[in-house]
Amino acid sequence: MKSLAELQAIRERAKANLDLRKENPNAARVLVGMATCGIAAGARPVLNAFTEEIAKRGLTDSVTVTQTGCIGICQYEPVVEIEVPGEEKVTYVKMTPEKAVKVVNDHLVNKNVVTEYTIGANTK
Amino acid sequence: MYRSNVLVCGGTGCTSSNSLKIVEKLNEELKAKGLEKEVNVITTGCFGLCALGPIMVVYPEGSFYSMVKVEDIPEIVEEHLLKGRIVTRLLYQETVEDDTVKSLNKTAFYAKQKRVALRNCGVIDPEKIDDYIAQDGYAALGKVLTEMKPEEVIQTVLDSGLRGRGGAGFPTGLKWRFAAANDADQKYVCCNADEGDPGAFMDRSVLEGDPHTVIEAMAIAGYAIGASKGYIYVRAEYPIAVKRLQIAIDQAREYGLLGDDIFGTGFNFDLQLRLGAGAFVCGEETSLMTSIEGKRGEPRPRPPFPAVKGLYQKPTILNNVETYANITQIILNGPEWFASMGTEKSKGTKVFALGGKIKHTGLVEVPMGTTLREIVEEIGGGIPNGKKFKAAQTGGPSGGCIPTEHLDIPIDYDNLLEIGSMMGSGGLIVMDETDCMVDIAKFFLEFTVDESCGKCTPCRIGTKRLLEMLEKITKGQGTMEMLDEMEELCYYIKANSLCGLGQTAPNPVLSTLRYFKDEYIAHIKDHKCPAGVCKELLEFKIDKDKCIGCGMCARKCPVSTIHVTDYTAPGKKKPAYEIDPSKCVKCGACLDTCKFGAVSKG
Repeated sequence: MKSLAELQAIRERAKANLDLRKENPNAARVLVGMATCGIAAGARPVLNAFTEEIAKRGLTDSVTVTQTGCIGICQYEPVVEIEVPGEEKVTYVKMTPEKAVKVVNDHLVNKNVVTEYTIGANTK
Repeated sequence: MYRSNVLVCGGTGCTSSNSLKIVEKLNEELKAKGLEKEVNVITTGCFGLCALGPIMVVYPEGSFYSMVKVEDIPEIVEEHLLKGRIVTRLLYQETVEDDTVKSLNKTAFYAKQKRVALRNCGVIDPEKIDDYIAQDGYAALGKVLTEMKPEEVIQTVLDSGLRGRGGAGFPTGLKWRFAAANDADQKYVCCNADEGDPGAFMDRSVLEGDPHTVIEAMAIAGYAIGASKGYIYVRAEYPIAVKRLQIAIDQAREYGLLGDDIFGTGFNFDLQLRLGAGAFVCGEETSLMTSIEGKRGEPRPRPPFPAVKGLYQKPTILNNVETYANITQIILNGPEWFASMGTEKSKGTKVFALGGKIKHTGLVEVPMGTTLREIVEEIGGGIPNGKKFKAAQTGGPSGGCIPTEHLDIPIDYDNLLEIGSMMGSGGLIVMDETDCMVDIAKFFLEFTVDESCGKCTPCRIGTKRLLEMLEKITKGQGTMEMLDEMEELCYYIKANSLCGLGQTAPNPVLSTLRYFKDEYIAHIKDHKCPAGVCKELLEFKIDKDKCIGCGMCARKCPVSTIHVTDYTAPGKKKPAYEIDPSKCVKCGACLDTCKFGAVSKG
């Protein structure tokens, strides 16, 4: 180790995995429905896409990704709910890994809800 | 990138209840379900709630599974990790409230704790230096080497008010300053990890859960006093700690965090392990250094103090594991932050190993000044089986017993000394009404008699004589004059012994004499042991009017000293039994067997 920058680089690299182990009440939460209906509709790749993308964008200290049980709207699975503290909960439906990347990008980074993927847009 | 982290405690406590088998099974099940790339299984250090081990925590949910069995693993993997349904049934039930799961930090055991020395225990994988670095590891060393002068480091530690966590409570910064002031071609930094008090395991847990924090702090100490070499003296009976320390040292060397020219600043520092063979006296500083040198571990007179002539006759500092575990946080957060916790003269937090008659046996870290009542009743969960609190023993064989009337004293170094105990390394053993205080004093004396190195007479012979008197009292052969003799001998041993072992060995006797003299008197005058512990003073009896004559006790009696009589109580069908005291070994088997409450002891 010849410089502080080297240490910093290791720290950045290792941090994401450690953030997962901290309880952060102020973090935004991404809840992926992982009941039988969700899994059958392909929720696992969606869950993993969220995890990867959030790590890639260095959001692990402000966003947690968790699984949850059946949300009750099985025909719209995979369902993902996003709770940002102080804002109304947003429910995305019929998610795919590609949509997940876009949601992280637009909703979590740029704070723009991707309206076309929400349950509101899909029930009309 | 993993979406879930499963933390399994790999401390000595949980390991001995099979936590490593759980890790194996987890990996096996995850593989079978194809989840091995999504879920990361990490073996961590101690979570503190050893009574509920093996412990397993799943993140990001923060679900706290306690007393996990290998058979539970398939269900947890299938339900929780695959389908996201927390297995509430297997959670630590205190975290379950009206069907919702509350944060671990809100449970009685953790709510009052403040984890500084233990901050990484149960969070990081102690065998991965990257985990430690992610938690700001080695940032303090970087800051010290690039931004601070050695004197500034010492002043920071001094300003923080940190005092030695090994027991005596000497200001750490002062120790460093003395050593820094002495010029020498070679100086040494040593770590005392020879934790020997019965019932104490704080240092072991820090070493097992966060070995790098000690290594980093020792390098900082080396920079502060101008030393380039260090030794960690650790007990050979701590195999997990030894293994993880060695891994940590190797990893630090590989990253260049130990060795030459650290961070390109020209500062050199390296460390070696030395294993202690288990002699209690080697926890005393001069003995420890003598032992590192490869000689028999015996103390020598001070002065000269180690800061002047220590290891290999060179200026040396020796600090305890827990003391080092605080250093990096003081450097990173500033001395004011540290000094804001605790009492006027004792700053920061203290780790206690809770043991004895208490529900939550384990490791707790609380701010100095927390009362014993909070620790025992709130964090510790009180005394099991509805028994009454009698005393708490702190400081191991060097400390004393604290009775009920002092339960509300804020714990710090000075308050404990005032009530005749001491902080010691932080063992806290809780005793209830079934513990005999004379027997406790005898237990600790037996320990010090065994462990006295024999170099000086007051300790070698004095403690032996003291033990003989205690043995007589527990056999009912004591006299009232003996109590005065004992007290006089105690003060003599304290005043004349060469090292800390002898100087503190009489403390358990003195403190029990001070607070529980009535128990000594009961042993001497009434030939009774009020707690029913001292066998020679016990007598087992059968109440013939309650005895139904079933004969169960007679069959259980290992020495066949229970016989049938010709007396049949009114209303009973068979004749009663009686115990012939001449052959009774007082094992208590009859008492445990009788379902009719006919057997009594007293």
